Amino acid sequence: MAMTLSEQILSHAAGRPVRAGEVVTVDVDLVMMHDSLAPSIIRVLHEELGAERVWDPAKVAVVIDHVAPAASVQTAEKQADLRRWARAQGISQLFDVGRGISHPVLVEEGLARPGMVIVGSDSHSTAYGCVGAFGTGMGTTDVALAAATGRTWLRVPETVLVRAEGSFRPGVSAKDLALRAARVLRADGATYAAVEWHGVEQLSVMERMTLATLSIEVGAKAGIVPPAGDGGRWTVDGGRWTTDDRRPTTVNRLLDVPEWLGVQAGAEYAQVVEIDLDRLEPQVSAPHTVDNVTDLAAIGRVAVDVVYLGTCTNGHHEDMVAAARVLRGRRLAPGLRMLVVPASARALQLAVEDGTLATLLAAGATIGTPGCGACIGRHMGVLAPGEVCLFTGNRNFRGRMGSPEAQIYLASPEVAAATAITGYITHPQEIL
Amino acid sequence: MARVWIFGQDINTDQIVPGRYAPYMLKQEDDLRKYPFVEHRPDFASGVRPGDLLVAGNNFGCGSSREYAPLALRMVGVGAIVAPLFARIFFRNALNLGIPCFTADLTGQLRDGQEVELSLEHGSLLTDDGRSIQLPPPPAFLREVWAAGGIVPFYRTHGRFPGEGVTGRQGDRETGRQGDRETGRQGDRETGRQGDRETGRQGDRETGRQGDT
Repeated sequence: MAMTLSEQILSHAAGRPVRAGEVVTVDVDLVMMHDSLAPSIIRVLHEELGAERVWDPAKVAVVIDHVAPAASVQTAEKQADLRRWARAQGISQLFDVGRGISHPVLVEEGLARPGMVIVGSDSHSTAYGCVGAFGTGMGTTDVALAAATGRTWLRVPETVLVRAEGSFRPGVSAKDLALRAARVLRADGATYAAVEWHGVEQLSVMERMTLATLSIEVGAKAGIVPPAGDGGRWTVDGGRWTTDDRRPTTVNRLLDVPEWLGVQAGAEYAQVVEIDLDRLEPQVSAPHTVDNVTDLAAIGRVAVDVVYLGTCTNGHHEDMVAAARVLRGRRLAPGLRMLVVPASARALQLAVEDGTLATLLAAGATIGTPGCGACIGRHMGVLAPGEVCLFTGNRNFRGRMGSPEAQIYLASPEVAAATAITGYITHPQEIL
Repeated sequence: MARVWIFGQDINTDQIVPGRYAPYMLKQEDDLRKYPFVEHRPDFASGVRPGDLLVAGNNFGCGSSREYAPLALRMVGVGAIVAPLFARIFFRNALNLGIPCFTADLTGQLRDGQEVELSLEHGSLLTDDGRSIQLPPPPAFLREVWAAGGIVPFYRTHGRFPGEGVTGRQGDRETGRQGDRETGRQGDRETGRQGDRETGRQGDRETGRQGDT
């Protein structure tokens, strides 16, 4: 019988065919933990589970991204402890301050690959769906169990299919598709389900990560984009699954697509959402929930104090390039500040090499250490009461980036750049 | 007697414990116990008593996977949480920590500040105005995690995960209908928006997903 991508991946990991609805135990290919939760995960691992070592240090990745660099003596001490622990465990896959956010880093490093089951200590671990992996976020105890045993349990999810048709119009991009899907599905629309995103073959790997990271915001367990091709080896060039490797890219390695992994005709989807890209307009998510999405054209005149470009959703090289295209030769609106926090060191490196960063700096933007930055309101751009932020991230909950009296709007990097010029939420085509 | 605390829908884990108050961020001598709902409902942390009941609307615990959110609730002794739908990571974390979660919408049947008596054994509530409310039990494979006091004691006792070695499709939408739910609830999405089209199970969706992870 035909299977969804989740059913295929979980069947492979369970060692037998499984279908939506079954509770299964599966082997985990990769466990990711970051600096914010590693201290508690390590405590559960050793003190509660009584495990001395992780089950396989080659399958554990540790990333310092949530408060990077350390913002206090407390966080600095815990990061120092984490480095010592990783070394003692023989975990060589430690990505330290400045390497970037876990999700793009593990994809860039080739650690997240098609067909894998990946458990991460971060809800946006659905990100790994960008390379056709089943990535899911879990809490401290579940991650500790996975690190101790190399296995986890879950109910095989049904799949909600988001099927895109057509092509993006000028100034419209992956973020708009993702927000549109959130508008239709709402914050709970895919709870306990996986989302599959079809019709997006033209998107780069990191543009697919935009879709995959927003999958959790509709409640999903995983958010998977079918890896291109029908098997064989592909060079991911600019995120495109071709064998042409002329262009520099953050994902510049061969990614095997297992022959058993691919969209199957006849697979059952619990729901199908069709989105016509030819008619899709820029979308904006207004305070204070992600699914509070409207057309930018309908948002009215919203003055903005801070434009923040970053996160695992839209802090990639592609996003900085898109913003630079709008900002070229322009300056920020008076009184407005713009922070650019690249999602990874590699994205930053490319932006330096191709002139993107120079364009952003010339416009008046400032940059931060690659990492999660102010997405979680702990450092590097925390918001004051009354401030309005136009953010390329994935959450606008009240208090998320600082004061509960601040307001966060979510949008694409193109909209962010246009907004930075005018000081009001602005359609990119008004600038370009 | 337990006091009822009513919350709205889409309560996210940033509201339950903001990232600024993560244990990672706190000084050694600071205490997570002070911070549940510290910004969203400042009277909660000081007013909550062990055994109290959280009654919330749809999609409770959405957002971040931070386990310190339900952990803070457990530390102040929350006796149980009742909501028509739990976000999956939160539900899983609460289960792992041994916090009973019941899937039901009681926001219209109980008042904030009301006193109730909760019987976990019978899965029922007795209100201070004499009403008895039955709470739907979670699937059997999750009840054994509750019974063990959380996932770690369960795993250490049984040497396996929940549902391991269990055949059949727990909570399947075609059989058993455990935890099925028809939509039409408050805040249900609209179909037929410009450029979008929902096909298939338009307007209703049955899943076996109550208590699923």
